[in-house]
Amino acid sequence: MKDFKQFALGTAVALGVGLTGLMAPTAQAQDSNYVPLLTYRTGPYAGSGIHIANGMHDYLQMLNERDGGIGGVKLELEECETGYNAQKGVECYEATKGKGALVYNPYSTGITLQLIPKASVDKIPVLSMGYGLSAAADGNVFPWVFNGPDTYWDGASVVIKYIGQQEGGLENLKGKKIGYLFLDAGYGREPIPLLEQLAEKYGFELLKYPVPGAEMQNQSSQWLNVRRDRPDYMVMWGWGAMNPTAIKEAVKIRFPMDKFIGVWWAAGDDDAAAGGEGAKGYKALNFSGVGPDFPAIDDIKTHVVEAGLSSADPETVGGTLYNRGVLNSVIIAEGIRTAQELTGKTVITGEDMRMGLEALNLDEARLKELGLAGFAHPMKVTCEDHSGSNPVFIQQWNGTEWRQASDWIEPMNDLVRPLLEAAAKEYAEKNAPWPARTEACPN
Amino acid sequence: MFYREAGQFKTSYKADQALFPILQDRIGIAAILLIAFVAIPLFASDFFLTSIMIPFLVFALAAIGLNVLTGYCGQLSLGTGAFMGVGAYAAYKLTTAFPDANVIVMVLLSGVFSAAIGAVFGLPSLRIKGLYLAVTTLAAQFFLEWCFIRIPWLYNDNASGAIEVPRREMFGFIVTGAEALPITRYFVVLCITAGIAYLMANVLRGRIGRSWMMIRDMDIAAELMGVRPLQTKLMAFAVSSYICGVAGAMMVFFWLNAAEPSSYSIRLSFQILFMVILGGLGSLGGAFMGAAFIWILPVLLKFVPGMLGMDIAAETVEHATFMIVGALIIFFLIVEPHGFARLWQIAKQKLRVWPFPY
Repeated sequence: MKDFKQFALGTAVALGVGLTGLMAPTAQAQDSNYVPLLTYRTGPYAGSGIHIANGMHDYLQMLNERDGGIGGVKLELEECETGYNAQKGVECYEATKGKGALVYNPYSTGITLQLIPKASVDKIPVLSMGYGLSAAADGNVFPWVFNGPDTYWDGASVVIKYIGQQEGGLENLKGKKIGYLFLDAGYGREPIPLLEQLAEKYGFELLKYPVPGAEMQNQSSQWLNVRRDRPDYMVMWGWGAMNPTAIKEAVKIRFPMDKFIGVWWAAGDDDAAAGGEGAKGYKALNFSGVGPDFPAIDDIKTHVVEAGLSSADPETVGGTLYNRGVLNSVIIAEGIRTAQELTGKTVITGEDMRMGLEALNLDEARLKELGLAGFAHPMKVTCEDHSGSNPVFIQQWNGTEWRQASDWIEPMNDLVRPLLEAAAKEYAEKNAPWPARTEACPN
Repeated sequence: MFYREAGQFKTSYKADQALFPILQDRIGIAAILLIAFVAIPLFASDFFLTSIMIPFLVFALAAIGLNVLTGYCGQLSLGTGAFMGVGAYAAYKLTTAFPDANVIVMVLLSGVFSAAIGAVFGLPSLRIKGLYLAVTTLAAQFFLEWCFIRIPWLYNDNASGAIEVPRREMFGFIVTGAEALPITRYFVVLCITAGIAYLMANVLRGRIGRSWMMIRDMDIAAELMGVRPLQTKLMAFAVSSYICGVAGAMMVFFWLNAAEPSSYSIRLSFQILFMVILGGLGSLGGAFMGAAFIWILPVLLKFVPGMLGMDIAAETVEHATFMIVGALIIFFLIVEPHGFARLWQIAKQKLRVWPFPY
């Protein structure tokens, strides 16, 4: 019992120290720009999350090492582990927002939905790059949320457009069956309203196969249904362990892989590789560069990976999801740079960052300057359009690596945009009184 | 010496039957309340309030709810998460249907729906006991979770399938939504939790609580002595679900602001069950201690190294937290299988006879 007493005393002291640490307001050193990175390297979604986290971290770290930060001010990076769990994500947000956070990238639609209402209150923008609430593309309703280069609705419209191309025109979709396999969470359900609308417009039948998050590694029942329904195409909105499982199942039932198209989050190298030889031909949407052959990626290799500052396996540098993380950080870095130019300050705040992101103009010349020519489609954010609805391309797995399989395909803007605006209006009504936009437009 | 009640004479039945008959206990409770109502609001940071105190109080209330059922009435339940979800969805539907009504009244009302559903799923308890009952409550968990996902009416056809709490005001203060100050939300949660805990402390030592305990200890004997098992068990289910429902509604209204069905999954049920077991079955104080251990300790372990300036990778901290908390659970259950409540009793006894133990 004596040991126990000592132990109890030790615990009490440790907790006491911890509590005083938490209670005392943390003093801030204001000679750096603080960027918290909400990442997940643990849990069922870690398989996808690790690559994203490495890409995000390594590019910003590279800027620190190579250029000494942005505009002469170092970036202070801090990772917080969310495990793709909304509660932990909010915890990370609350723990880091007081340190002068510039922007949040939750990498989870669930966490994004939680942070959207907080963004305008705490004056910290949310950058949900290619995920989150599609309606947030309406900058007039959501001045603090940025979801470029594309929303899920853009993505869904590109898939249908691409399938139309394969069939020789959208009018040929009539009577076809398109299966939609999705993670049964906010993420997977997001594109359904648009897909339903498109199904009605073009006369194809939309078959929905929800995969519950807890059972995403056991999809035999869903694929049994796929086998019975025999859809002409399969579209997948998957993440984490769901993707390799789905691809393995598709291979097992001998579904024609070139008619199986994943969203950009189902485009990881590990995802496709899980299917082995049979996964050859699997397609996925993408909007960030394929492969490691970019000067900026080389810089990451020399300054970060080889210097031992990265936790990435050198093999994975330049993978699809790694590059996605890099693109995310490019947008952050360019947002900071734009904000510095607009305000003339070097150390900026969340409000400055919001302006910087809203005035972001990543054109071809700038991409080339960054050593990322052809890495992404040029994107320009406006005050009305926070997503940009940029073109997307299709990549195909050749058994060992991804290859670009189509040109850039424009989303169906004429169809998506009115829906986005209607959804944004609906969101604001449901969450009334939603604050009206008061932020000035920097453009 | 510290806890000696010698010399504290009771001169009336009222004093003898008081909730805290010993002076030291009264001082202790007053000190805790003083800290909770005065010291914490004065000195705590937003992070401390939103990520530690509010969830802790919500979980403590849920643990009290489950404790009524499992600890006092002896009915094992794995459906706590779902009953909390019923409360959350009911409160959401109520407040969106009646936007002008007071949101706290709505939260307290939502427990009624949860109680009704809890009583329905408690019906099998008359026929089956123990682990078998756990299985039927597990069915409640899966069925209700299925409802939260599949019935769009419950989340007002929201495209994301999540419930998002709108802004509601009360006496000029914003109490829910993103603009609500942590301090306001903390006070609301603290008042509800403290109020229900006080109420339950009195119910549990009265006739109702005693009949629950009789059922727990020996149901046949209880029946022979005139306790009606059906009503008693169903009441335990209803009261427990009511408290869990209020806790679930508070979870989304005052802590998370938005919740997906997965927030009320089986994991939450287990989390609450662990709080109850670790804190001590059949003890209100244990519910608080269990909630503190299961919720506060991991948060502290996660953020304290960073605050002390130690540079440890985020995922390493996460893994270490899992291991430390897991090891501590095993350690505490080996040292004291009856939980923290029993540990506190032992400590009290030791303090009482110190420095002359016999």
